[in-house]
Amino acid sequence: MKILRAMILTGEGAAGLGVLTCLVLAALTAPLFFPGDPLAIVGPPLVSPFSDTAYPLGTDRLGRSVTVELIYGARTTLLVAITSAATALGIGALVGTLAGFFGGIVDEVLMRITEAFQTIPAFLLSLAFISVTGPAIPTIVLAIALGAWPQPARIARAEVLSLRERDFVAAARVVGMHPLEIAVREILLNALTPVVSLAAVIVAAAVLIEAALSFLGLGDPNRVTWGSMIAEGRTVLRGAPFLSIVPGLALVVTVLAVHLTGRGFVAAIGARRIEA
Amino acid sequence: MRRALILLLRRLIGAVPVLLIVAVGAFLLLEAAPGDAVDAYLAATGGADSERVSELRAEWGLDRGPLQRFLAYAAALARGDLGWSTAFQRPVLDVISERLPSTLILMGLATALAFGVGSLLGIFAGARPGSLRDRALSLTSLAVYAMPGFWLGLVLIVIFAVDLRWLPIGGLETIASGKSGLDRFLDIGRHLLLPVASLGIVYLALYLRLMRDSMAEIWKEDFVRAARARGIPRRRLILRHVARNALLPVVTMLGLQFGSMLGGSIVVEGVFAIPGVGRLALEAVSQRDIPLLLGVMLISAVIVIAVNLLTDIAYAVLDPRVGSSGTAA
Repeated sequence: MKILRAMILTGEGAAGLGVLTCLVLAALTAPLFFPGDPLAIVGPPLVSPFSDTAYPLGTDRLGRSVTVELIYGARTTLLVAITSAATALGIGALVGTLAGFFGGIVDEVLMRITEAFQTIPAFLLSLAFISVTGPAIPTIVLAIALGAWPQPARIARAEVLSLRERDFVAAARVVGMHPLEIAVREILLNALTPVVSLAAVIVAAAVLIEAALSFLGLGDPNRVTWGSMIAEGRTVLRGAPFLSIVPGLALVVTVLAVHLTGRGFVAAIGARRIEA
Repeated sequence: MRRALILLLRRLIGAVPVLLIVAVGAFLLLEAAPGDAVDAYLAATGGADSERVSELRAEWGLDRGPLQRFLAYAAALARGDLGWSTAFQRPVLDVISERLPSTLILMGLATALAFGVGSLLGIFAGARPGSLRDRALSLTSLAVYAMPGFWLGLVLIVIFAVDLRWLPIGGLETIASGKSGLDRFLDIGRHLLLPVASLGIVYLALYLRLMRDSMAEIWKEDFVRAARARGIPRRRLILRHVARNALLPVVTMLGLQFGSMLGGSIVVEGVFAIPGVGRLALEAVSQRDIPLLLGVMLISAVIVIAVNLLTDIAYAVLDPRVGSSGTAA
C-alpha cells in the first residue's frame, strides 16, 4: 500500500495507474454494458466517428461498432500481455535463480541457452512458434513469453550472484537450511524487486508484439484485437483512415500507461529507499 | 589492435555453442511442424510411390532416430545448406541471400536515423537534466516509443502518400520505370523514406532516452565536477566530457537493438511491400514454408551475433580506458 501511495505521488505513476485502471475496468465490465457478440453487425457500414450517438466511434467496413470492438479488444490485449509477461518473468526468474545459485556448469549451460534465445529476434521467434503450433491464445502467450524471458533471467542471475555472498544467506547456510530452501526463501524473494520493475517493460513489449501478430492475421481468429482492427481498417485506408488510426491510438495510450506506471514504481521504490 | 584481435577470436569461439543451441531450437520446431523435407520435395516434383518415398527418406537420413536426424541437419547447416524452400522450390539460402540487401539497406538507414538524430536530441535533453526541454523531450520520446511501427507506417502513408501525395505508398522502386543511374537511386530513396522513418523513429526515441539517462548519470561523476571546477566552458564540458562518456552504453545498445529492429522490419516490410527478408518471413508464414521461416531465423541469429561482435570492437576502440593499456591510443 505504501508503494502504491508513493507511486500516485509521482505524477507519472498516477497517470499510468489511472489509465490502466480504466482499461481494466472497461475490459472486465464489457459483457455487462455490451452483451452479445462484439463482432456482430449492428448498423450501416463505414459510419464516421462522432456522427451517430448509437456508434460513438463509428462503424467499420462491415457495420460493426468500433466502440464495442475497441473495448473487447482491450480484453484480449490485457489478457495476452499480462499472462505472457507473467510467464516470461516466471521462466526468467527460475532460470536466472538456478544459474546464479548453482553456478559452474549449470550456470554455463543455462546462460548459453539464454544467449541463444537473445540472438533470435523475439518477434521472429514468436512468428516461427505460432506458424508451427497454430494461432490460439495459449500458443500466442507462450510465443511471446519465449522471446521475453532472457532479460529477466539475466537480471535475476545477477541479483542472485550479488545476494549469494550477503550475510543473511551465509547465516541461513550456517543454520543448516537446505540449499533449495535458501534459494527459494532467501534469494528468490529478495531478487524479486528488480525483476518486477522490469515487468512494465515486458508487458509493454508484449502488448506491441501481440498487436503485430494479430495485425499479420496470426492472432486468435475468434477474438477482437486492436491489431486485427488495424489490419481490417487497412483495406479501406484511403476512405476511412480512422478505422486503422483509432485502435492504434488505443495501443499507444495503453503502452504509454504501462511505461509510466513502471517509471512511477521505480521512482516510488527509490523514494522509499531514501526514506529508510 | 592486438587486443581487438584477441577479443574478436574469443567472441568467435564463444558464438559456436550459441549457434548450436539455435540450431537445436530450429530443428525442434522443424520436427514439430507437419510433414518433412521429402513430403515437401514430392509435393513439388509430383509425388512418388511409397517405395520411392522410403528410398528418399533413407537417402536424406530421415528414417533414422532423432539424434541422427539432428546430426544430419547440423552437418547440412555447417555446409551452408539451410534446406529446401517449399514455396519457392529453391534452396532456402538462395532465396534469403537475394532478399537480404533490401533489408540491410532499410535497417542500416533506420539505424543511422535513429542513432544519429536520437543521440543528438539526447545530448540536447541531457545537457540540462530536469530542465523544461528535457522533460518535454523525455515525455515525447516515451509516447513515440509506445507506437507500434506498423501503425506508424500506416499513419505516415495516410499523411504523405494518400493525402499529400508526396511519396509512393509502397514497393522498393517504381516498377518498369526504365530509370537508371542517379534517377533510379533517387527513386529508391523516395520509396525508402517512409519505411525508414516508421522503423527508425521508434528507435530514435529509444536512443534519445538512453543518451539522456546516460548523461544524467555522468553529470554526477567526480571528474565532471573537477572539470567544471577547472573552469572549462560549458559547451566543451557537455560535448567533450559528458556526452563522450555517455555515448559508450548507447553504442552497446546499438548491437543489442539490432535483433529487435530486425523483428520490427518484418512488419514494416509487410506494410510497405518491400521485398526483403522480413517480407520473406511473412510469405513463408502464409505459405506454411517452415524450412524457409527457420532459415530466416538462423540467418538472423548469425547477423545478430556478427553485429554484436562489431559493436564490441567499436566499444573497445571508443572506450578511453581500453585504449590506454595498449601501445596505440
